[in-house]
Amino acid sequence: MSDAPKISVRGLKKSFGRKVVLDGIDLDVGVGESVVVIGGSGTGKSVLVKSILGLIDADQGSIKIDGEEVTTLSRGHREALLGKFGMLFQGAALFDSLDVWENVAFGLIQGRGMERNKARDIAMAKLGAVGLGPEVGELRPSELSGGMQKRVALARAIAAEPEIIIFDEPTTGLDPIMGDVINDLIVKCVRDLGATAISITHDMASARKIAHRIAMIYKGRIIWDGAPAVIEHSGNAFIDQFIHGRADGPIQMEIRAL
Amino acid sequence: MLDFLASVGRVFIGFLSASGRLAIFTLTALSHCFRPPFYFRLIGRQMIDIGYYSLPVVGLTAIFTGMVLALQTNTGFSRFGAASATATVVVLSVTRELGPVIAALMVAGRIGAAIAAEIGTMRVTDQIDALSTLSTNPYKYLIVPRIIAGLVTLPILVLVADIIGVFGGYIVSTYKLGFNPATYLHNTANNLTSIDVFSGLIKAGAFGFLIALMGCYHGFHSKGGAQGVGAATTYAVVSASVMILLFDYLLTSVLF
Repeated sequence: MSDAPKISVRGLKKSFGRKVVLDGIDLDVGVGESVVVIGGSGTGKSVLVKSILGLIDADQGSIKIDGEEVTTLSRGHREALLGKFGMLFQGAALFDSLDVWENVAFGLIQGRGMERNKARDIAMAKLGAVGLGPEVGELRPSELSGGMQKRVALARAIAAEPEIIIFDEPTTGLDPIMGDVINDLIVKCVRDLGATAISITHDMASARKIAHRIAMIYKGRIIWDGAPAVIEHSGNAFIDQFIHGRADGPIQMEIRAL
Repeated sequence: MLDFLASVGRVFIGFLSASGRLAIFTLTALSHCFRPPFYFRLIGRQMIDIGYYSLPVVGLTAIFTGMVLALQTNTGFSRFGAASATATVVVLSVTRELGPVIAALMVAGRIGAAIAAEIGTMRVTDQIDALSTLSTNPYKYLIVPRIIAGLVTLPILVLVADIIGVFGGYIVSTYKLGFNPATYLHNTANNLTSIDVFSGLIKAGAFGFLIALMGCYHGFHSKGGAQGVGAATTYAVVSASVMILLFDYLLTSVLF
């Protein structure tokens, strides 16, 4: 890993109406580093990664990719920049109207103008890399189980061999064994590609497995940042409560009586 | 009193805000219509969905409209001894007004809802964001093909509806009302000018654009899961129907 960060976020702020979601996020991700952002539901994890991708416009702050400020880029340049990214969405977000292989090859065909036969061969190879046979390529996404859909989404995310991969809740909704299979695939794919990765999750088993570094977000700010090996002894009450899943502690959930 | 004024102000600001969003969406979509890449395969697929698969419902509506029109016209005009004008009234009413409006309203119900539901589902399941991350502009891939297909296909559909509607009037007039077939056809052809047909087709193009635009706009901005998609579908059909009738008046007042 080099010292210059691949992704550098400074003072990032975003509100929706009166609700402040991001309140000055600072985060650096080095080249080839895998950073996992943890935090409770509604704490701004997804807004953070969507801001990095340019899918949401931040209100304030700076986002630099390879040293280039992206918040001020034109829409056209933003679209070009997205070529560096691959993303695995929480719900897989596969296109229902296309076959599985077309989903995997989508970025190659539509985004890069690759010839269909060549893109199909690459798609089948990527499906193989996530443990799915070529027969799966001919199916529709609706014919797959949740775990298989996540694997296809992973194959799609890595198909164009991106420099940066973002994983949004990669193991949510999967049983623990399938979750671990996905974690192993993520580690392998990121390592093989030499990609930089940002993952958001509240699954601590997943975070420990795929992270070089873990950052916790709470009330729109990064409140702790460190290696997985030291998270158990962070001395941070917020971290302790979160990783042990305790209802009591400094993090108070907003629960209204029925 | 102040509360009342505040409520009126909020509604007015909400209206302006929604109009602004729609205007920006429309201009963005139109600007992408002229910039590559162009997805010709998707445009073709949408033309088949909007045009070919709407033919049965539009055809049925058109034939019954023409049949009823012949009956009503004959009943009304007989009172003034002008029953012979039935053929003329039927062909002008169908080509200038009823063909475009009835076909557009049927397509708004069938296609406007389908477009809003499909794009709305893609929105709430992150598929539209996924398009962006795969270096594909959602406007070019989802919106432009539907708008072009609506704009091009509806005039063709209306032309077919015109023919079927006039044929419906002919059937009722000749078999039920006892008109002479040759005279009926002669009156139909003699009193029809090209502007009657073209004005209807121009309206149809505008209606096709509006149907696709409303479906895309409401689908693209839907949120909140299944309920949001359902609401988007309703808004798409209602707003497209209202705009069809509004623009029907505006275009009629400009074209005639």
